Amino acid sequence: MDIRVQEEAFDLGHEARGFAARQAGMGALVTFTGIVRDLEGDDLKAMEIEHYPGMTERAIEKIAEEALSRWNIGDILVIHRYGALEPDEMIMMVATSAPHRADAFQAAEFLMDFLKSRAPFWKKEVTGDGAGWVAAKDADEDALDRW
Amino acid sequence: MDVLYFAWVRERVGRPKDRIETGAATVRELVNELTQKEERYAAAFADLDALRVAVDQELSDFDAPLENVREVAFFPPMTGG
Repeated sequence: MDIRVQEEAFDLGHEARGFAARQAGMGALVTFTGIVRDLEGDDLKAMEIEHYPGMTERAIEKIAEEALSRWNIGDILVIHRYGALEPDEMIMMVATSAPHRADAFQAAEFLMDFLKSRAPFWKKEVTGDGAGWVAAKDADEDALDRW
Repeated sequence: MDVLYFAWVRERVGRPKDRIETGAATVRELVNELTQKEERYAAAFADLDALRVAVDQELSDFDAPLENVREVAFFPPMTGG
C-alpha cells in the first residue's frame, strides 16, 4: 500500500509504470485520475484544496485496508494533492492491481467513492466572481450505500 | 484540548485552531460552550446538520464523550477525490 498526500504535482505515466513494475502475478491494473475541471461559463481560475494533516493519511489508509480485505487485489496506490491547483491539473490518482480485472475495477471505484466523502479534503473554487467552497453532493453520500 | 477548524468553519471562526481548557463531557457540550463565548463561534456552529466532527482524528458524532480526548475538529462534509 502506497498512500501519498502532497502539494507537488505527480507524473501519471511515471507513477503508473512504477506501480506496475512493483506487481508480481497481477493480470490487471486499473488507474483513475481526477482532474480540475474548468466550469462551463464560470471562468475557474483555481481550485484550492484544504486537508487535515494526520487524519487525511489515516483515513485513506483505513479505506485502502477495507478495499484490500474486500477484494482479491494485490496492491493499492493513492496520491492526493492539496494546495492551489489550476484547471486541467491532476488532483489525485488511484491505482489498483489484481489477478483479474473485476476486482481491480471494483476496488478502484470503492476507493474513489470513499475518498470523495470520507477523506478530509475540502475544495474551494476561485472564479472571476470570487471564491466559494464546493458543497458535498447527496449523490456522493448515496454512492456509499452500494458498498 | 486542541480544537481545529477547517474550510468555511475555519473562515467563520477566524482561525485554524484553539487550545482550550474545558470541562465539557461531550462534543455537543463543547459546541455549546464555544457558541456562548463569542458571536463568531455561534456563526460557525449555527447549523450542526451542516457540520461533521472528528475526535482524535476519527470521524465521530456530536454525542461523543471527550474524556481523555486530545483533539477535536469541526468541518463541513468532505469533498475529496
